[in-house]
Amino acid sequence: MIRAGSIAWIARHEGRLAWRDLLWMMTAGRRRRARTLALGFIVFLLFMHGFAALMLASYDLGASSPDKRMLVMLMATLVLSWSLMLSQAIEAVTRAFYSRADFDLVLSSPLSAGRFFAVRIAAMVQTVLLMALAVAAPFVDVAVWRGGARWLGAYIVIVVLAALAVSVAVALTAALFRLIGPKRTRLVAQILAAVVGAGFVIGLQLAAIQSYHTISRFMVLQSDLLINAAPATSSVLWWPARAILSEPLALIAMLGLGTAVFGATVCFFAPRFAGYVLAAAGASHAPKRESRKSAAFRNRSVAAALRRKEWMLLWRDPWLVSQTLMQLLYLLPPAFLLWSAFGQGGTASILVVPVLIMGAGQLAGALAWLAICGEDAPDLIASAPVPSARALRSKTEAVMIAIAFVFGPFIVFLAAIAPFCALVACLGVALGAASATSIQIWFRTQAKRSHFRRRQTSSRIATYAEALSSCSWAGTGALAAAGSWLAIAGGVIALAILGGALMISPSKK
Amino acid sequence: MDHAPPPLALEIRDLAKRFERPAVDGIDLAVPAGEFFTLLGPNGAGKTTMLRMVSGLLKPDRGTITIYGIDALADPVAAKRVTAWLSDEPMIYDKLTPIEYLDFVAGLWGVAGDVASARAADLIEWLGLKPHAQERCESLSKGTRQKVALAGALVHEPKLIVLDEPFTGLDAGSARLVKSVLRERVKAGCSVLMTTHILEVAERMADRIGVISEGRLIADGTLDELRSKAGAGEVSLEDTFLALIATGTVEA
Repeated sequence: MIRAGSIAWIARHEGRLAWRDLLWMMTAGRRRRARTLALGFIVFLLFMHGFAALMLASYDLGASSPDKRMLVMLMATLVLSWSLMLSQAIEAVTRAFYSRADFDLVLSSPLSAGRFFAVRIAAMVQTVLLMALAVAAPFVDVAVWRGGARWLGAYIVIVVLAALAVSVAVALTAALFRLIGPKRTRLVAQILAAVVGAGFVIGLQLAAIQSYHTISRFMVLQSDLLINAAPATSSVLWWPARAILSEPLALIAMLGLGTAVFGATVCFFAPRFAGYVLAAAGASHAPKRESRKSAAFRNRSVAAALRRKEWMLLWRDPWLVSQTLMQLLYLLPPAFLLWSAFGQGGTASILVVPVLIMGAGQLAGALAWLAICGEDAPDLIASAPVPSARALRSKTEAVMIAIAFVFGPFIVFLAAIAPFCALVACLGVALGAASATSIQIWFRTQAKRSHFRRRQTSSRIATYAEALSSCSWAGTGALAAAGSWLAIAGGVIALAILGGALMISPSKK
Repeated sequence: MDHAPPPLALEIRDLAKRFERPAVDGIDLAVPAGEFFTLLGPNGAGKTTMLRMVSGLLKPDRGTITIYGIDALADPVAAKRVTAWLSDEPMIYDKLTPIEYLDFVAGLWGVAGDVASARAADLIEWLGLKPHAQERCESLSKGTRQKVALAGALVHEPKLIVLDEPFTGLDAGSARLVKSVLRERVKAGCSVLMTTHILEVAERMADRIGVISEGRLIADGTLDELRSKAGAGEVSLEDTFLALIATGTVEA
């Protein structure tokens, strides 16, 4: 029998909430989806294992002692994984600080707040860990299958990395609270999460572009320059990589580090967590004043009023800004590639085209969801003397203009280097964005704007159709920019995906 | 000399809507222009469904809705032009200020900029929103948000105001303010169709009261007419209402 108020009792409560939350996120509350979901999960696992086997096919995983090249790759994988975990952890901690959720109930009860938040910090580790395992476990399994049981150490390292990521995230967010106050922490932490998540990959890509004029980061990781500059294989710096291979000393050191840091974090921050939550609640209640008055009450059409409203709402939501920033960050390497290729033209410009098209499709899908599905006052729009088709058209215009605003400068710059590639990119961006927006329109269901992070739950088909359509248009663009007639086939596939999505969409039924 | 009857603000004939069971089941109702009509009924009686159909937010399964002579089902845009809808959950945007919200609503209803600006200034003043005019709505209290939504409903000067439980969550001061704003509008010739669970509000404000139960309008009339219909004598509206619901008398 678990004693009420004990750590185990709180953990059981948190576990139940987390499980139901996860289930809702995957099934959108529809019971029938659970079976499909289980099947989908099995298919996903099989696919990921196949993919991992393919990716690791050329590596000698059974080598008795790892060479420098292998250690570099392992360390790079660790840093990449950790940066993604840290990004997720910062977001989770920020969300915990600012979402009031059940805090009013908990903080007004005689339960020890420190104990409660200790469990909640542990729950964050579990969330980050599960997300990491979904991607990493198939690779570890394949490594164990091909290289032996010593690769099982990777699982322990992943647990340690998750604990370290959450510890650093908690400390970082608390430090931001002290430095810039709870009001600004939310936005800064969100941007930080986006930058940290993409930073390592982008850094490697920038280095690859600078040194090898390619966007592939593996060129840097496998370069002789890096291998020669790396420390000797006996260095302590390689211990995290060696822990993956279950080398006892390295593994014990990693476990010790993780336990010590996480323990210290819980002991130090859990009792203070309630203070941060209360400060954050105070910040969210503090009125935010707008000083600009000039643009109000001008004669404008219904379409202009709707567009203006959409842009203001997008611009003023730091959560959404950081979410979209993550997507825009990935445009940095192609921008840098363009800059470094300026005056040279050639193949570098072709590489940029699919990246731009892909980015436009993804961003348009996100913005279209916000404008169309995430309407906060649907009754107001529906009760206004505006035909619903016209309202929808205005919202679509708002999305497409936003896309033009973001991607226009890239295309103009590209036009100065390679006019044909710019033309292809322009068409591709327009088609990719229009396709993603159309899919959102066809599969639209009313949702709360705050559910943006879970927008994929309303329709998995829409999510996959949107991703496939963006990929197809990106491929088509790359082929067209390279002057290949195969681009026609790519275009046909993209149109077929769109047609298929329309046929099975609720709007057609 | 006979006076011509006042034009009808709202005329509903045989209105019906079914979800899993009939929510609204063949309602007939006529609200003359300049009348304050209140709908009462227990939870799940079909009040909100009926109001949503009048506001063009829900399509009826059968029946007709005519607003100031406009067939609301055939020409919903024209009907919406003279109607305002306000629910108990304020339909506002957290990231906009009240001024920006009113600007947006005025844009939706196609009100000219200078006219909208003057009306918004009056409403802001009238509803005591001036201290919050430049604050984002996310930081406003429930009552203030409801007042912002009411200002939005009035900024395009509707001829028919449809309100669903507008006093939910309002403090006494805010409720009194909203009541006085609605009374002023009715005095100015506007018609109001409102649901409420607060019987005192219906008793004090309504020209006529309708009682709805299980999707049917079981009685409508002035308070005195309802009392005589319920056969309850000189009792409160609460007793009259409960007697009517208990008997479930369908008005002949």
